[in-house]
Amino acid sequence: MNHLPLIIKREYISKVRNKAFIIMTVLSPVIVIGLMSLVAYLSQVNNDKVRVISILDESGLLKPIFKDTPTLTYNHLSGLSLEEAKGLVTASSGFGLLHIENNTDINALSKGITFYSDASPASSVLSRLERRLEKRLTKMNYETIGLDLEQIEASKVNVSIYQENFEGKTASKSDGFVKLIFGGAAGYLLFMFIIIYGNMIMRSVIEEKTSRIIEVIIASVKPVQLMLGKIIGTSLAGITQFAIWICLGGLLGLVASVILGIDISALQTPQHAVMHQALQGQGFSTEIQDVLQGFFSLPLTNLIIAFICFFIGGYFLYSSLYAAIGAAVDNETDTQQFMLPIIMPLILAVYIGFFTVIEEPHGTISTIFSFIPLTSPVVMLMRIPFGVPLWQQLLAFVILVGTFVFTVWFASKIYRVGILMYGKKPTYKELIKWLKY
Amino acid sequence: MHNLLEVTNVSKKFGNFTALNEVSIAVPKGSIYGLLGPNGAGKTTLIRIINQITLPDSGHVFLDGSPLQSSHVKDIGYLPEERGLYKSMKVGEQALYLAQLKGLSKSVAKARLNYWFERLEIGDWWHKKIHELSKGMAQKIQFIVTVLHEPKLLIFDEPFSGFDPINANLIKDEILRLRANGATVIFSTHRMESVEALCDDIALIHKSHKILDGKLLEVKRAYKSNTYQIGIHTSNAEALETEIATKFNTKPTDFKSLNDDLQLDITLTEGGSPNDLLNYLTTKGQVSHFVELIPSVNDIFIQKVTETKA
Repeated sequence: MNHLPLIIKREYISKVRNKAFIIMTVLSPVIVIGLMSLVAYLSQVNNDKVRVISILDESGLLKPIFKDTPTLTYNHLSGLSLEEAKGLVTASSGFGLLHIENNTDINALSKGITFYSDASPASSVLSRLERRLEKRLTKMNYETIGLDLEQIEASKVNVSIYQENFEGKTASKSDGFVKLIFGGAAGYLLFMFIIIYGNMIMRSVIEEKTSRIIEVIIASVKPVQLMLGKIIGTSLAGITQFAIWICLGGLLGLVASVILGIDISALQTPQHAVMHQALQGQGFSTEIQDVLQGFFSLPLTNLIIAFICFFIGGYFLYSSLYAAIGAAVDNETDTQQFMLPIIMPLILAVYIGFFTVIEEPHGTISTIFSFIPLTSPVVMLMRIPFGVPLWQQLLAFVILVGTFVFTVWFASKIYRVGILMYGKKPTYKELIKWLKY
Repeated sequence: MHNLLEVTNVSKKFGNFTALNEVSIAVPKGSIYGLLGPNGAGKTTLIRIINQITLPDSGHVFLDGSPLQSSHVKDIGYLPEERGLYKSMKVGEQALYLAQLKGLSKSVAKARLNYWFERLEIGDWWHKKIHELSKGMAQKIQFIVTVLHEPKLLIFDEPFSGFDPINANLIKDEILRLRANGATVIFSTHRMESVEALCDDIALIHKSHKILDGKLLEVKRAYKSNTYQIGIHTSNAEALETEIATKFNTKPTDFKSLNDDLQLDITLTEGGSPNDLLNYLTTKGQVSHFVELIPSVNDIFIQKVTETKA
């Protein structure tokens, strides 16, 4: 008798109807968007504050290089001693005091610059000051030596290597970036999904034991069917929740940005900012074109199919591992000792993805780990944008599915034996023994 | 008589521990069968094998003449010793789900559930969740779920443990009614006195071995010791006791009585007639009590275990 659809339906409905599940589904996007809006709002407020930096330039050489910006004003002091200047800045609660010693030798001058402040300033403020000072002092050095500045400027050469593979497809530098984003997003999504919903499956498998209904169920249904039904049913509930999150999150984000007048997309992590600067440096529109071109030069069909296959395969494999843990223990507190071996390969996969694959997508390490089932979903997904032969993808997928089937069988075996051992925390040794029953 | 269930030479080991050793039982159709023995004897393992929860290492099980197979799931109703239901599921939905797992269609299951809910007067529980019910209430649901698919074979593991007296009686009556409608029932228990009165057949299991089985009455007949419990009114009890002791094998006993009579257990020799004893006693005084002692299953069990040890 095939009870699989029945079990899937029950699991799905009991998950979706669960109060905690409903609350989290609605509340999570609200909390996340709320926090993001708060951060955006605060950083705006913070940016509005104008900082005043006082400058005591005893050499008198560097005054012209400090220009006011909307958030930073420079206040030039003169005719004061250092101690007087310090007192003045403290009294006027200025942001800080930049003191430049009087020295005609430029190299000596560069070593006699000090910044005084109450609290240590952000490194970005200091490095901005340093960059300006360096530029100015270098220029002055050129002049002292007698180099012609214009000639130096004119002799600078910009190199941009054009890439083309042997089949004649052109590629650009931003290709790597696009590929990284693609693979990274896929890998990270899978990682998040497993972490969030893996536990749910484990709890679901323990449920029959804690409610003591296990013997009744197992007298009617084969454990394999029960495991499979739980994995699929819970996954569907997870997908439902995830879809609602995305819709609700998008909607709320829109509303929040309209109401608060905050451009959420302007929230940038430092890496993004750097990337942005790099883009601007090279001419924005050509970069956009490059990115678009990079996007369309990706093996899109392959990517989408591979994403679906490896995402589902990888998620199911990890789910079945969580199910196996659930099968081995009586209650949730006993699960801790088994968690680490599951999380470890997952983290390893993400690390390999972000460090090795990007450096060397077809290197030995990347290739090997894209076949090992526990790491293949993440690593292979990150490799595919760089072009992976079809046979490798197929082989990795077959290994993945095979391992999943084996793990479900393994979990159901443990489950069947586990009911004979109520109230005892199993050890790894016992688990292996159980397989022989 | 045709046997509904036949278990032949079933053995099961867990690692080095032998749970069942060459156990064979035959459960006649329409009977109430007592699977008796102390805790840890192997009863539950045997029941799990019959339910296909675990597989035997060796031996065979036949249900209604054919070897046990997965389609037999719908022919067996099992109330395990460890009982429970999904806590956060509604009573009606849960019963429907479990019935469907046993192969009933949704409409049939619903009709039968309505019948049972009305019968046990719990119709208004349909939308309640299990954790809102008391333990006794949940056990009623559990019982309904066990019998809903009208199985040929009903297996109750420690059936009355945890039931309050009123529910225990109710369940007992329902089980007897089901038997009258053609079902075969297996009781498994270590509290032998609790089901003794209900059983037609019994099997005694001790330390993974079946040590005795058969019709309850035949077993009792075989183990009766030809002992009679008597009460007799006399003016000199001590003198009479010594006198009887010279003629018969006697033992002091104690039973509830309104009189201050002499009370004795008297065991007759093989072939001795109770009439002779009674005749003899009537010459000695007023006989107020004369009963043949029937051994309880517990007595038989203890006797059998000590025999096997010796």
